[in-house]
Amino acid sequence: MKSSNYIKLEFPSVSANESFARACAAGFAAQLDPTLEELGDIKTAVSEAVTNCIVHAYPDEIGTIVMKMRIFDGDRLEIVIRDKGRGISDLSAAMQPMFTTGGEDRSGMGFTIMESFMDKLKVRSAVGKGTSVTMLRRIKQRRGSR
Amino acid sequence: MKTVSKYSGSTLTVQLLGELDHHCAQSATEEICDDLDHLLPAELVLDLRHLSFMDSSGIALMLRVSRRMSENGGRLIIVNPRPQPFRVLEAAGVLRLIEIRSGGEVTT
Repeated sequence: MKSSNYIKLEFPSVSANESFARACAAGFAAQLDPTLEELGDIKTAVSEAVTNCIVHAYPDEIGTIVMKMRIFDGDRLEIVIRDKGRGISDLSAAMQPMFTTGGEDRSGMGFTIMESFMDKLKVRSAVGKGTSVTMLRRIKQRRGSR
Repeated sequence: MKTVSKYSGSTLTVQLLGELDHHCAQSATEEICDDLDHLLPAELVLDLRHLSFMDSSGIALMLRVSRRMSENGGRLIIVNPRPQPFRVLEAAGVLRLIEIRSGGEVTT
């Protein structure tokens, strides 16, 4: 699965970077000529994953978030968002809709939204080591659109 | 994100402008809840016509203010959601919990 293009970026887990990460994902995805709805879905999924790093991975400190994106097989966009934070102790619980360890300010819908808006979602985590979220979205290539 | 509020005849209308994410959700929630505590409106209308983006932090805000309104015997109505925020409201299952209206002002 050779990538036809890729980007890797690293930024601190501050909430001001949530918007920046969304804009990066949209900027990179643009080369696949996505619809506004596809772009919206990708930005939302990225926003959820990055917010999870800020709120949960590094709750009491500023840590590093790595975001990698690549395009392969012509129309497939893969996004990996990784941290070296706290890790998730019960992954299947964490992925349940409305489950959150974040208190009343959180809705617990982050993973549900990532799953709904992307074609594939894979989460790997180890307590004390960090978490990696891999998401895939195929962008429908429209004939004669440009 | 900016908010613009208007209070008239026991309805507090709050327009959300820009993008609603974790970065701004907490202060926006506190601001709206402060207004709810002071004004005790019967109805809170969140007008999303100028909200270009929302993620689940926005859902948390809406559930929180919806709960506050119910506790005070009032109700929350969300109006004019744009496509991406509407997708998020739908995916979060909020459509069956909170009244959502499109297309035009809510007459009070």
